Amino acid sequence: MVSGNEKIRIQNLHAFYGESHILHGIDLHVLQGELVTLLGRNGSGRSTTLRSIMNMVGRRTGSININGSETLDLPAHRIAHLGVGYCPEERGIFSSLNVEENLLLPPTVRSDGMSVDEIYEVFPNLFERRFSQGTRLSGGEQQMLAIARILRSGANILLLDEITEGLAPVIVKKLGDVLLELKKRGLTVLLVEQNFRFAAPIADRHYVVEHGHIVEEVRKDELEAKTPLLNTLLGV
Amino acid sequence: MASLLDINLFGLFGQLLVGLINGSFYALLSLGLAIIFGLLKIINFAHGALYMLGAFLAWMALQYFGINYWVAIIVVPIIVAAIGILIERILLRPISNEDHLYSLLLTFGVGLIFQGVFTHIFGSSGLSYKIPPELKGGFKLPFMYLPTYRGWIIFVSLLVCGLTWYMIEKTKLGAYLRAGTEDPKLMQAFGINVPLIVTLTFGFGVGLAGLAGVLAAPIYSVSPYMGSNLLIVVFAIVVIGGMGSIGGAIITGLIMGILEGLTKYFYPEASTTIIFVVMVIVLLIKPAGLFGKEN
Repeated sequence: MVSGNEKIRIQNLHAFYGESHILHGIDLHVLQGELVTLLGRNGSGRSTTLRSIMNMVGRRTGSININGSETLDLPAHRIAHLGVGYCPEERGIFSSLNVEENLLLPPTVRSDGMSVDEIYEVFPNLFERRFSQGTRLSGGEQQMLAIARILRSGANILLLDEITEGLAPVIVKKLGDVLLELKKRGLTVLLVEQNFRFAAPIADRHYVVEHGHIVEEVRKDELEAKTPLLNTLLGV
Repeated sequence: MASLLDINLFGLFGQLLVGLINGSFYALLSLGLAIIFGLLKIINFAHGALYMLGAFLAWMALQYFGINYWVAIIVVPIIVAAIGILIERILLRPISNEDHLYSLLLTFGVGLIFQGVFTHIFGSSGLSYKIPPELKGGFKLPFMYLPTYRGWIIFVSLLVCGLTWYMIEKTKLGAYLRAGTEDPKLMQAFGINVPLIVTLTFGFGVGLAGLAGVLAAPIYSVSPYMGSNLLIVVFAIVVIGGMGSIGGAIITGLIMGILEGLTKYFYPEASTTIIFVVMVIVLLIKPAGLFGKEN
């Protein structure tokens, strides 16, 4: 049963890359305005969960409901138009496009996206380097661009994969501020994150993924009590 | 008078003109191949046959239906593009996830089928297509005589190549094409209908071959083998320019045509091999081609 303010509901999701069975029955849901993280070790299936939502894996079974619509049989390019913005782990900045072209690339999927001027106000570095080749930006700037790109499209469900990976602490802090601001604006975020210290203070709930299963769900108010368990599961 | 340091300028400019015309065809054909390879990673061995099809359709349109050159130059590339779209949707898409060798073999087979069918129907000897009356005659320039139709070929080729380059480098659609060559899956995740773009790109690429075929009909003999003779040279040019490089295909096509023309003047024995010599040298020094990106 999909409740009214659920933006994502995944039930018994199995995903395959060729013969490899990666997800073994993922169940999760994300409510409107929530920031939910997928925690887990490398190779546990967190990124594959996001890629499955975007129909970027070989084969999927189960159910993926977005904004009330079943998407398992939808072609990949139709899913974004349900208001979903995806930011891949490798950031997906196109080297053949400059910063502004990268920013303008995704089509508008909803009418209330940020304007280019607003984006340049939030990320002034992007404005300064708007005619530079996308991949010539620093890692932090590329990450900003990857997030800005989907904010401009109007997506209100953001799937963000390891956005802090390899970035300097000052950039990580800036990303945290951006995510909190997006939460304030009512956007829904499903975040794959390795950096638990980054995720813990900003997330409403956490799912721990292990071997393609959800093995634990932790609400914000349970965080303190369940920290030893999380440390064990995450191998901290 | 027209001789400088033992160089016959009339002869030299004449060969340069021939080279520039050949270069125009090379540029149009290699541009189509480069666009298709860039987005689909398909080496389209049917490209020469589709160029031949363009010339034959123009000839058939005039011969059987009285459709003149000016209508043919608009309609025939569209028909060839539509045939290309059918080839992509019916034959290439089902094997799009297989190794690219399969699509190479498939397009090679399709090219041979076209060639075989036209040889069966029209024979292997060439057919002639008259230059349209509006483009007959020529201009006497200081060092050469420029036939109007040959000037027209250069003009159309440069115009089409220029417009295509502009479309790919400066427009939103071009940004989709360029990004699609890098990561089509991510493009889909952004909500862009990549399969549709792939189909239209293939159609546009082979449409350029059809256009080159119509342009070629009045000056070359229209024959089933006209495409296969040219295809190998065009592939060499695409390799020299860098597989998938749009600007590289255009510039290299024109330069190689001129180089071939100069070789015809200074050392005719090497004129048919000079492009392949350049290809070998480029592959040894810069395997990705002059304008290609190293992976």
